Amino acid sequence: MKITKVEAIQTIANEIRRDIIEEVYSAQSGHPGGSLSCSDILAVLYFNQMNIDPKNPNAPARDRFVLSKGHCAPALYAALARKGYFDQELLTSFRKLGSNLQGHPDMKKVPGVDMSTGSLGQGVSAAVGMAIASKMDHEGLRVYCLMGDGEIQEGQVWEAAMAASKNKLDNLCIIVDYNDLQIDGTIEKVGGLVDIKEKFQSFGFHVIEVDGHNIEQLIHAFDSAKHQKEMPSVIIAKTIKGKGVSFMEGKVEWHGKAPTQAEYEQAMKELKNEEE
Amino acid sequence: MNIEKKIATRQSFGEALVELGKENTQVVVLTADLAGATKTNLFAKEFPNRFINVGIAEQNMMGIAAGLASCGKIPFASTFAMFAAGRAYEQIRNSIAYPNLNVKICATHAGITVGEDGATHQMLEDLSLMRTIPNMTVMCTSDDTQTKWAIKEMAKYNGPVYLRLARVATPVIYDENQSFSIGKMIQIGEGTDATLFATGVMVPEALKAQEVLKQEGIDVRVVDVHTIKPIDKEMILKCAKETKKLISIEDHNIIGGLGSAISEVLTENIPCQLIRMGIQDSFGRSGKAEDLLKYYQIDCQAICKAVRQ
Repeated sequence: MKITKVEAIQTIANEIRRDIIEEVYSAQSGHPGGSLSCSDILAVLYFNQMNIDPKNPNAPARDRFVLSKGHCAPALYAALARKGYFDQELLTSFRKLGSNLQGHPDMKKVPGVDMSTGSLGQGVSAAVGMAIASKMDHEGLRVYCLMGDGEIQEGQVWEAAMAASKNKLDNLCIIVDYNDLQIDGTIEKVGGLVDIKEKFQSFGFHVIEVDGHNIEQLIHAFDSAKHQKEMPSVIIAKTIKGKGVSFMEGKVEWHGKAPTQAEYEQAMKELKNEEE
Repeated sequence: MNIEKKIATRQSFGEALVELGKENTQVVVLTADLAGATKTNLFAKEFPNRFINVGIAEQNMMGIAAGLASCGKIPFASTFAMFAAGRAYEQIRNSIAYPNLNVKICATHAGITVGEDGATHQMLEDLSLMRTIPNMTVMCTSDDTQTKWAIKEMAKYNGPVYLRLARVATPVIYDENQSFSIGKMIQIGEGTDATLFATGVMVPEALKAQEVLKQEGIDVRVVDVHTIKPIDKEMILKCAKETKKLISIEDHNIIGGLGSAISEVLTENIPCQLIRMGIQDSFGRSGKAEDLLKYYQIDCQAICKAVRQ
């Protein structure tokens, strides 16, 4: 069932953020910054956009989602659990020995995970393969691929972008979580990557720029991507790393660090307040 | 062995794909701007809608193959061994083997027998690289008949497979009635003076050596190792018990490939000497394939010498 009320989706996004903090805190390991920045995107995809059924996670004609920035698994697991793919209580087993919730998503272990990812730059090629397979079978499904902004420094991303454009994959929609931070600093300073929009345009993409925390804008962007013919789309979602937790927002050190007990309590308090 | 009739295993691969394409509509073929050299152009001509040329982008090709496999397709991804196992190693490991996806990697132009192109194109480490990846089956076929069987068999088997193929034309060894199965070596001859474990293009060289030695009263058996992983432990131990000398022969670095795979089995079970013939931990160089086999001491003559010593 698709949720259309913006406030309801916002509430879900906030729940995803709480789950992320819960997961990373209980694992004492993981990547909160980039997970928090893509929570709204995931909430819109899983609860408003994608044609999926958690009771039938392997249905051939389902829409596909590839988390190419696999280190943001906490956000994906939170969305999947909330959608009903698995028990929410499993979230606290994240990253622990014996858990199916690996540090990076494993499609063989977790229902709803369409591709194993973790090594940056690879998910987008798999998404291109899925989109081509769908075209061959005339299944009409859509393939979504969420990437990090730092991730697109990988050369393979542009190999895949070329292939998406050449094969006229209008059923493919890439989302770039543009939070402007990577481990060693800002995107421009570390990788020299500028004009992401122009780059994708020159690779033959329909480019949409949105505020990645604005649910309405995200919904419109995904709808607009659906109407593109014979070209792939990319949504460049401007976001804030660590969004929702004041002391994590815009702070690169929260890329891959777990909160202490005090920080955890503070974060949960802030995320609760936002919801009320 | 038919010395007169020579066919490169890449040619057999291309022809077998066409037959497979007729039988199985899920088969999709990919290449990275090497449709002609890998002979996948034969498939492209018959089934243009199931053929994907990704351009010179091997890493992307492996990822696309993974995505296709996740949707139920049976992708055969083909390029030169250097750019498959070498350049796209990590994509093969993380996007194909880790999720155990049904991708068939068909790597042509392996080994020094690539010839004139020289070291940058002579892949001598692929068996080693592919063998260490969990879930991966590693094959290296020796002739036309075996390669055509392998392609059919790979399509039936569910899981990632790496198939090593050659550029050079080599003699047809087996007739159409020969039966094969993945993971089972083929013993040719009953000789007990030595066992020549050979793979791929080295099998015909070993068979030539077997003939030459026979004239001298030395009776050796040749064991065709078309599957490097899983390795046929039973056959290795049987030969270790039955023959006086064990030799492995590969157009590959002696580190990590066939010789290493056999050594591992021997060391754990019947510690004994194995002579590893192959490229002695060096890069290749330009030259004619047959001259290179001689230069690197893996031709018929060198094999005979190793047996006699």
